[in-house]
Amino acid sequence: MTPRITLATAARVLTQLRHDPRTIALMLVVPSLLLTLLWWIYDGGILFDRIGPALLAIFPFLVMFLVTSIATLRERTSGTLERLLSMPTGKFDFLAGYALAFGTVALVQALITAGVAIGLLDLNTAGPAWLLVAVAVFDALLGVALGLFVSAFASTEFQVVQFMPALILPQFLLCGLLVPRDQLPDVLSAVSDVLPLSYAVDAMSEVQTSADPQVWGQIGVVLGFSVALLALGAATLRRRTA
Amino acid sequence: MMNSAVRIRGLRVVRGPLTVLDDFDLDIGRGSLTGLLGPSGSGKSTLMRAIVGVQKVAGGTVEVLGHAAGDKQLRDRVAYVTQAPSVYADLTVRQNLRYYARVLGVPMTDVDRAIEQVDLGTHADHLVGRLSGGQESRVSLATALLGAPEVLVLDEPTVGLDPVLRVQLWELFHRLAADGATLLVSSHVMDEAERCERLLLLRGGRLLADDTLPGLLARTGAADAEGAFLHLVEKAEQEVAS
Repeated sequence: MTPRITLATAARVLTQLRHDPRTIALMLVVPSLLLTLLWWIYDGGILFDRIGPALLAIFPFLVMFLVTSIATLRERTSGTLERLLSMPTGKFDFLAGYALAFGTVALVQALITAGVAIGLLDLNTAGPAWLLVAVAVFDALLGVALGLFVSAFASTEFQVVQFMPALILPQFLLCGLLVPRDQLPDVLSAVSDVLPLSYAVDAMSEVQTSADPQVWGQIGVVLGFSVALLALGAATLRRRTA
Repeated sequence: MMNSAVRIRGLRVVRGPLTVLDDFDLDIGRGSLTGLLGPSGSGKSTLMRAIVGVQKVAGGTVEVLGHAAGDKQLRDRVAYVTQAPSVYADLTVRQNLRYYARVLGVPMTDVDRAIEQVDLGTHADHLVGRLSGGQESRVSLATALLGAPEVLVLDEPTVGLDPVLRVQLWELFHRLAADGATLLVSSHVMDEAERCERLLLLRGGRLLADDTLPGLLARTGAADAEGAFLHLVEKAEQEVAS
């Protein structure tokens, strides 16, 4: 790995994004709007306090999955990835560059969304608000890692978008938001135990309910999944192709 | 042979059901300008990809500057331009080149020099996605001019360019070769052959000819490169038929 190339790649990805203000606006504003909609639906009541933090976990995961999978698919199909790998770029320079760039965007997204939720919508959490933001950033990295990995199994943007309902929705249904995970049928409960989003939402619930939340275990699991997916993603970046 | 920039022995490349190259040998001397001509599907791109080290090969050896093709040592010494421009459409010309310059670790002054060399000075701050096809492929070519590559593998770099610009680029290629770089330039435009010191005619994965232009014309009795090529193709077909 070469720090110069990693940082150059992160800066390049952010510059590309800067040329696309509409995508930036959508990434940064839509989560806050959805949270406001939810607040309206529940009339700002206790259910909003319970579900709000879970959504703070889901938005960055979903949004970063989408942008990363499409961005890296473009790199694979346009030949830029092949050119970079024929240069001194290491696979991890490429992966870490993306993680760094979209991690930064996720941080801004989480700050805005958490700011709106707590400042404007009076979301009540027992634990400190900065932990909500921290968990959201780790979820974003999970989305980046999954997106990078999945882009290897799609050859068009149509296909890659279809991975969203296939890989993200089941995690959403089983993460404990609709039915608490311990009340799910045994098989589903066991499945939810091996899905990373479950741990992300658990961490958010912990921050919401506990004045002294212990979330590093859950964050560790989310981070572990991210690292494993990035390693698998690295294996799909091939210098030589047929 | 120490003077070889490229040394290929017994190269075999299989793509799907097709054997593109079989038992292929080639030597290219340092500081030379070699034209690789042939119809589309003749194996030109595959051969170039093998030299750069991004092509999966089924057998044989490809050595570049004394190292196995694609070796880590070669990553900033061999420049490669693919047929389809491998640049970022959502970055400006300058942003593209600055990124690749950082990846290669070459000084930023190279960026303006390379932009001038491909005559894109007036478009340096335009988004690549808004340029014409010919301009876009020149951005891709400029990337290969960053730093001081010892070997340049250029796959149809002059496609879609106007005659004046083509002449300028061929003058540039000659200057680079005179300065000691080794260039392999493919084209399916036969009149470009006249600008190369050495011509390789590739058809169906086999070298129909490996000669200078005068040598080729003398051998075939043709008036120009196109005539010589047609003559050799006919001869090859008669040999197959008999």
